[in-house]
Amino acid sequence: MTAGPLIDAGAAQASGPLLEVDAVSVVFRVHDGALVALDSVSLELRPRETVGLVGESGCGKTTLARCIVGLQRPDSGAVRLDGAPLGQRRSARERRAVQIVFQDPYSSLNPRLSVRRTLRELLSVHGLSSREGLEARCRELIELVGLPPEALDGYPGGFSGGQRQRIAIARALAVEPRLLLADEPTSALDVSVQAAVLDLFAEIRSRLGVSVLFISHNLAAVRHLCERVLVMYLGQVVESGTREAIFSDPRHPYTRALLAAAPRIHPVASAPLPLRGEAPSAIHRPAGCSFHLRCPRAEPICSIEEPRLEPVAGEPARRAACHFRDDPAPRA
Amino acid sequence: MSSPALSVRNLIVSVERPAGRFRAVDEISFEVDAGSSLGIVGESGSGKTLALRALMSLLPSAARVESGTVELGDESLPHAGREARRARRGRMGMVFQDPLSALDPVQTVGAQVAEVPRRIAGFSRRRAWERAVELLGLVGVPDPAARARAYPHELSGGLRQRAAIAIAIAAEPEVLLCDEPTTALDVTVQAQILELIDDLRARLGLAVVFVSHDLAVVRQICPELAVMYAGRVVESGRTERVLERPGHPYTLGLRGAVVDLDEPLGPPRPIPGALPDIAALPTGCAFHPRCFLATAVCLATPPALVEIALPGVSGQTACFHYEQLFAQTT
Repeated sequence: MTAGPLIDAGAAQASGPLLEVDAVSVVFRVHDGALVALDSVSLELRPRETVGLVGESGCGKTTLARCIVGLQRPDSGAVRLDGAPLGQRRSARERRAVQIVFQDPYSSLNPRLSVRRTLRELLSVHGLSSREGLEARCRELIELVGLPPEALDGYPGGFSGGQRQRIAIARALAVEPRLLLADEPTSALDVSVQAAVLDLFAEIRSRLGVSVLFISHNLAAVRHLCERVLVMYLGQVVESGTREAIFSDPRHPYTRALLAAAPRIHPVASAPLPLRGEAPSAIHRPAGCSFHLRCPRAEPICSIEEPRLEPVAGEPARRAACHFRDDPAPRA
Repeated sequence: MSSPALSVRNLIVSVERPAGRFRAVDEISFEVDAGSSLGIVGESGSGKTLALRALMSLLPSAARVESGTVELGDESLPHAGREARRARRGRMGMVFQDPLSALDPVQTVGAQVAEVPRRIAGFSRRRAWERAVELLGLVGVPDPAARARAYPHELSGGLRQRAAIAIAIAAEPEVLLCDEPTTALDVTVQAQILELIDDLRARLGLAVVFVSHDLAVVRQICPELAVMYAGRVVESGRTERVLERPGHPYTLGLRGAVVDLDEPLGPPRPIPGALPDIAALPTGCAFHPRCFLATAVCLATPPALVEIALPGVSGQTACFHYEQLFAQTT
């Protein structure tokens, strides 16, 4: 594969974070109250970094992604790119900087446009290529995502799920983004194809220097791809840290439960089921710690006082929102 | 126990395409005992879902069973038509991937569960409702008397799947067919549903067939495993053996492509190439274009599923070179 530099090296000039999400909250008014989809969520993404966002349905991870790309207006808080606030009405340049790949490769591509047309249109609209250079650039993009040049002649209907996801990634990369959001990009794919798409994200990061925010409920995929991980529950970040910290020594009981529930090729002998029931509704959040009703570690204080997301003792880079964040992991 | 609860022999399912009829399921055979469960894994398009639908006589109109037998106990079942449905009624239940589309949105879940004992066992309205509440309790729906009056959209994904399972087991079937029943669910809920299916299998003595593309999920609840590729079973045996010591290069590839939580970090090794379309299958072994062991014989002759003749290894494989494969991987 030959693909020239798609992004000028200047992208990584700033030493500060590329993306800052600063105390973003989103509340949806619903008929019987207010649904707190995001409750003061903060995160940072540095240039070239890949961060994973993990959580179950309804935890707010997709709402957060929508805030970052500008599809959802935060009720409070700010989203900043290179220190400059990103509002709702974004310039073409701002829109180019942040791109998203959705979960469902079947509904996110226009079935009536050939792949070439999809890519050409983007390149022309954003003035990213001369008329003569269009074809070469399309080929470069399609090869970058591991598809043959003939794929440009095809329509989405003629491709498999994994191939469509590659096309969606090519489309996102066409406008030379600084940040790529991936919202469950492998969930609709076969296990055998997931691996290849994960590899593609890793390659994009290393070849193009694009930062990736990888949103998934698939812990194994996140561990595979991401240097840092945030775990969300009911609209809040409950734990954050490096991949090593989160996967080898999780401090929030919810993170531990997620890890214990994940199916494994080599099952852990007689691991008890960690969690009963499902997450409560974000309309009727429990008082105190929002996890205490399902938490095996809960004590009286948990139903009264909400734990803050604070550093774990001796590990300033790691935070957990649990009153018992400094306790070692329970022995199995 | 003379005969297995479910036995399938040489089942062939063909699909109508503009270019002609093609075999989507090609001579698959398996047996499941009462109280046991068999996993069938394969990629999209491998024929696993179509095979399951053929067992249930729920094939889409473009597909039909060409030949083969499906036996429940000692009774051979017709493949299509009213007789086929009558022969299965109350004896086989099925759980689908998406519980929301499997349930009727304008009926309460209690009414949908109650319909089964009313129709099949001739229960009165009131007794059928009581039975529905009992069944919802059995599948772990909390406060079943109240939840029975809920509509599907009022329930979470996990509860919907529990309600769908209650319907599937309401007639006390001998066989439960599961088509990726946890794929649409969150991990913690998935773990609960897998536990429920396993618990029902043990308590009710169900013969379970569990179709999935996820090896780790199948590992949790199926002691026996069949691997499908391009409409054929290419390997079968004890799940542990198949995953730890694969006897077919495709199984080895599938196993290597899994991104697993416990494995050292490193690039996964996707299988090169893609599953062929049934309308354009390669000659000989359908896997040969993607196989690192392929030789001339693989291009010429389709390998039969044979017993693995190696000490300490049980199961079947459809590979000419399995001895070489074992020699390389152990």
